[in-house]
Parts: sequence; structure tokens; C-alpha cells
Amino acid sequence: MSPIALVDYGAGNLRSVENALRAVGAEVVVTRDPEVVGSADRIVVPGQGAMPACAEAMRNSGVAGALLASVERGAKLLGICVGLQILFERGVEAGGASGLGLIPGTIDRLPDTVKLPHIGWSPVRATAACHPLFRPLDGQYVYFAHSYAAPAGAEGTALLATHGRDYCAALARGNVFAVQFHPEKSQKVGLALLERFVRL
Amino acid sequence: MPARRIIPCLDVKDGRVVKGIHFENLRDAGDPVEQASRYDAQGADEICYLDIAATREARGTLIDLVERTAKCVFAPLTVGGGVRSEADMVALLRAGADKVSVNSAAVADPGLVDRLSAVAGAQALVVAIDVKRRPGPAPEWEVYVAGGTKPTGLEGVAWAREVARRGAGEILLTSMDRDGTRKGYDLELLRAVTGAVSIPVIASGGAGSLEDVAAGLEIADAALAASIFHDGERTVGEVKAFLAARGIEVRPC
Repeated sequence: MSPIALVDYGAGNLRSVENALRAVGAEVVVTRDPEVVGSADRIVVPGQGAMPACAEAMRNSGVAGALLASVERGAKLLGICVGLQILFERGVEAGGASGLGLIPGTIDRLPDTVKLPHIGWSPVRATAACHPLFRPLDGQYVYFAHSYAAPAGAEGTALLATHGRDYCAALARGNVFAVQFHPEKSQKVGLALLERFVRL
Repeated sequence: MPARRIIPCLDVKDGRVVKGIHFENLRDAGDPVEQASRYDAQGADEICYLDIAATREARGTLIDLVERTAKCVFAPLTVGGGVRSEADMVALLRAGADKVSVNSAAVADPGLVDRLSAVAGAQALVVAIDVKRRPGPAPEWEVYVAGGTKPTGLEGVAWAREVARRGAGEILLTSMDRDGTRKGYDLELLRAVTGAVSIPVIASGGAGSLEDVAAGLEIADAALAASIFHDGERTVGEVKAFLAARGIEVRPC
């Protein structure tokens, strides 16, 4: 098995994700090289910060194109937090931006009827069509840190969470997987998810 | 609402844990990584390091400590003390911190809050506010900086409102009157600040018993505590079991 390509696009809590992947036994190469991303079997896109800046950094570096080509030929992708958000068509954060367009829909701000950012541990619940990768998380608490989220009805939604409204906490569509929460910071349940992804 | 969080806090100085009363009379309280790992294993919802020396020379020690911690602790890690610039924040995040806390430098230059928030998003920025009660008929609190040594003239609730507006993701609110005393959080202060902002507020300073933590969490989103954990007096699990029995939502350990 070739190492997991962990995409470094300049922002993000890269080190935490790298540490967690290594802790579950994965080999990891931290990279911003489109060739490495383009030839990987497994790719992890971490994320922290604003979606527009992240999407732009990925496009400018050529990583976005390599990522899409890899997904096209069947590489397994896991997006985390902003790494989930950039898979969508659009985001409204910071004046708005286009994402990679792999999943239809828009990333919107959570309602201001609740405290934002949504920071802390909230339970997630499995949808009827939940992918086996995410099934064991049904009813578990995971760590979130965000103010924007994908719609609850997004294609492939596997887990739902609620903060002000229901939203997509995890999705699986073909070989594309993504989570709004931080598995690398969700202790045992998060590490177990990463381990399942590594072995998928 | 997410579950209420229990956040063990380690004050660190030169790579060691220290504990004092009213920010003074420090004594050595052990190895940070070992203690952070223990809290992680107990089910702490987050771990906080505050570098109380925070000198330029000590930066390397702190970064090294964060790197070593992030290799074995898979709970969120907040790190504060001596953060003065975007570069300081980026260095801590890249070392493995999830959130960075800023205090004195934000008072000196409030625009720093806007800039730090832009670096990695509001969710990665905690503004720490240390306050002391002002004598007088109406409750009022004054903001102190430089590890609680320097009064600023700023009023605490107004300052909380300003940092929230500028892009803070959370407020870590410490009552200096209560810090280390184990007399309980300053609940009046917690009510005033949570009522003034719409971002999460972390209660700090004074928790000495399970009842204190419960009282704080009926108002605040998270409880920072040091004394009740450090001498192995209470585990995170015991605290959470007590809170759950009181009907406060916590994440099971």
C-alpha cells in the first residue's frame, strides 16, 4: 500500500491529523506536490480556517486538479472540516467562493440563534443510508469547531448533527468521504474512524 | 448546544507544570505531557496549556512541548501565553495546537484579535481575559494583563464584547479574585459575560469542588479547572458523573 497523501495547502492543523494517522498505523506523506497527490491511493485533506482561502490555495498550487483526477480514477479521499466544505460547489463564507464541485450544494453559516462558532463535543446520528465507515459513530460524541456547514440533505449524508439546525456531519459518495468534525481530536472514536479509513 | 466541556488546565513554566495562588507562590507540579496524557485517558474534553513565563527565550521550549503533546494526546489542545503575533499563532498551530489563546497582546493592540482570527478562523482563537473586582456598589471587573500583574483600566464585560466583535471564537474568563482559592467560580461575572456575547465562554478561577464546577456550567459552556485535578483528588470521570446526575449534558468518558 502506498502512503496516504496528506495535503498541505499552507493552512490547517496538519500536524494533528498526521499524528493521528500515524497513531493508527498509517504511512503518511505530507505533500503539496500535485504529482504525489495525483498518484496516491488514499488522500486526506485536513482543514482549518476559511473555505474560500483553502479552496483558492488548493487551486493555485495545482493540488485541486490532481485531487479531482485521483478521485476520478478511484483514489479514496477523506476530507476533514474545511476539507469537507471545499468538496461542495459553493461556500458563502467571507464573501463567497466556489469549491471543488464534487458534491452539489452550498456551505452556509449556521443560524445565529445559537452560539457560534460551534465548538465542542456534539452527538452524531446515522442516516438510514449510512456507510459502514461511519456506522459505528451513531450516537457518539465527536469534536466540532466550525461556524459553517453543509445541508442535512447533501448527497451521501451518512451522519447528521444539530447546532441551530440539522446539518451533514459526514458523507460518503463512492470513493469520496468527508467529515465536518475532527476525528484526529475525537479521542478513541475518532482514531477508530481513521483506522477504518486507512483499511478501507 | 454541544455537551458542556471539562478542561483541565496546566500552567507551564520552562517546560514544567506549576501551580500557585493568585498567580503567585509557584510550586512545581510535574511533567506536562504525562499529565495531559492522563487527562486525555480520563476523557477530558480538551486540554489547556498556559505558559505563564512566556518569555521570548522560552518559546522554543513551549513549541517543543506542544509537539510532544500532540503526538500522544488526541483531544483538542489550547495553548496560550506570550502570543503576540500571527507568526506566534501559526507556529503553535503547526506544532499541533488546535486553538491559541491570546491575552496581554490583544489589550495592547485590539486589532491583533481581528488579524489572528483571520489567520485560521475564529474557531482557532481564544481570547483570555483576567479580571479583578472593583470595589463599589454595582458589580464591575477590571481587566489585568501580564499574568495578572498589570491593571489596564479596561472594564471586563465591555472588553469581552469587543473581542467577540473582533473575531474571538471563545472567551477564557478568569476571576483573579478566585483563582487558586477553591471558593468557586465568580458566578456573577460568568452571568455578566455570557449575557454580553454570543460566543462560548470558558469559566476559570476558583473551582474547588464538584458543586463549584456544576454551578459554573449552569452558566458557562466549559469549565477550566486545575486544583481539583492536579493532586489526583478527582478524575475527569468523577466530575462528569456528578454533572450528569445533576442533569448537565456531558460527553460520557
